Amino acid sequence: MKPMTKNGLLLIIVAVLAFAPLILTRDAQFSGADDQAKQAISTLNPNYVPWFKPFWKPPSAEVESFLFALQAAIGSGFVFYYLGYSKGKHSASQKDQP
Amino acid sequence: MTLRKIKRISLLIGYAIFVTIFFPNNAYAMHIMEGFLPYNWAAFWWMAMIPFVIAGVRSIKKTVTLHPSLKMLLGMAGAFAFVLSALKIPSVTGSSSHPTGVGLGTILFGPTAMTVLGMIVLIFQALLLAHGGITTLGANTFSMGIVGPFVSYGLYKGTKKIGAPLWLSVFLAATLGDLMTYVTTALQMGLAFPSAGVVASTLKFMSIFAFTQIPLAISEGILTVMVINVLSSYSLKELQILSVFTGKELPTSKRGVKE
Repeated sequence: MKPMTKNGLLLIIVAVLAFAPLILTRDAQFSGADDQAKQAISTLNPNYVPWFKPFWKPPSAEVESFLFALQAAIGSGFVFYYLGYSKGKHSASQKDQP
Repeated sequence: MTLRKIKRISLLIGYAIFVTIFFPNNAYAMHIMEGFLPYNWAAFWWMAMIPFVIAGVRSIKKTVTLHPSLKMLLGMAGAFAFVLSALKIPSVTGSSSHPTGVGLGTILFGPTAMTVLGMIVLIFQALLLAHGGITTLGANTFSMGIVGPFVSYGLYKGTKKIGAPLWLSVFLAATLGDLMTYVTTALQMGLAFPSAGVVASTLKFMSIFAFTQIPLAISEGILTVMVINVLSSYSLKELQILSVFTGKELPTSKRGVKE
């Protein structure tokens, strides 16, 4: 199998793993871990008060998701830049020495 | 492959499945929030982190001075961790979490290099996204940048030694490294809030921090295998410099990319 076909099949598995929960557990909240852990702490130790606050918080959920998307975009931008660069380099060197 | 090798590999897989089933349900996973570790524990994990960061900076400096051509690949390994930490993916438990993405860099550059890169990702998220925190940076770096990568590295080298195929070594290393990161998080929380006993508390947090992570860890394992597939087609030279494949493992079959 060509590497790209193999990767295509693998990508399908990842997509199923990521989207299946949405169908399997329809009424779930899909909230983040952070809040759940906060609740667990308050049952284990009701007197605990966080002693430090973040310097800055994204003012809204929209801004937060923008920043997360930006992080993913910058990261994947560089990953695929590198993969494209090495593919180009690879085929150029194949042409030089047939 | 000899029978003995097959036996060893199946033992490893059996162990992985056992670990998977052992984790109780109903869970949520992510980094420890700002201010949610008592200050003595926060300080403890900070101190525990520092020697690894120093070793990591040294290891990166060494790689970069010896092979300047690998700078780009190093950047790519960091960028991979950057993307995967930004992807909050829903899980079967009805909550969401994100992978860590440090397995790839560990396989390429060794565990301590990823301590540094993982810490950079965590600082970015703590300062700009209020995700994780500066006071909990030590603990989060310890789980994501130290325990995860070292588990990945050990598994990768171990499975390679007993002759597992490249994809399997990469998959197990990345998947279980990711999972162990969150097991460590649970242990750190259990140690900090032992009101029900350290073990009971740890198990409670493990139920929060590990089960959600299982499908995501598998996703991370598969994505890491995909990147390694591409790299072994197009960046064979770089991988050879890093001796990602040892000796006979050079996958000639994977070179069969049609031009």
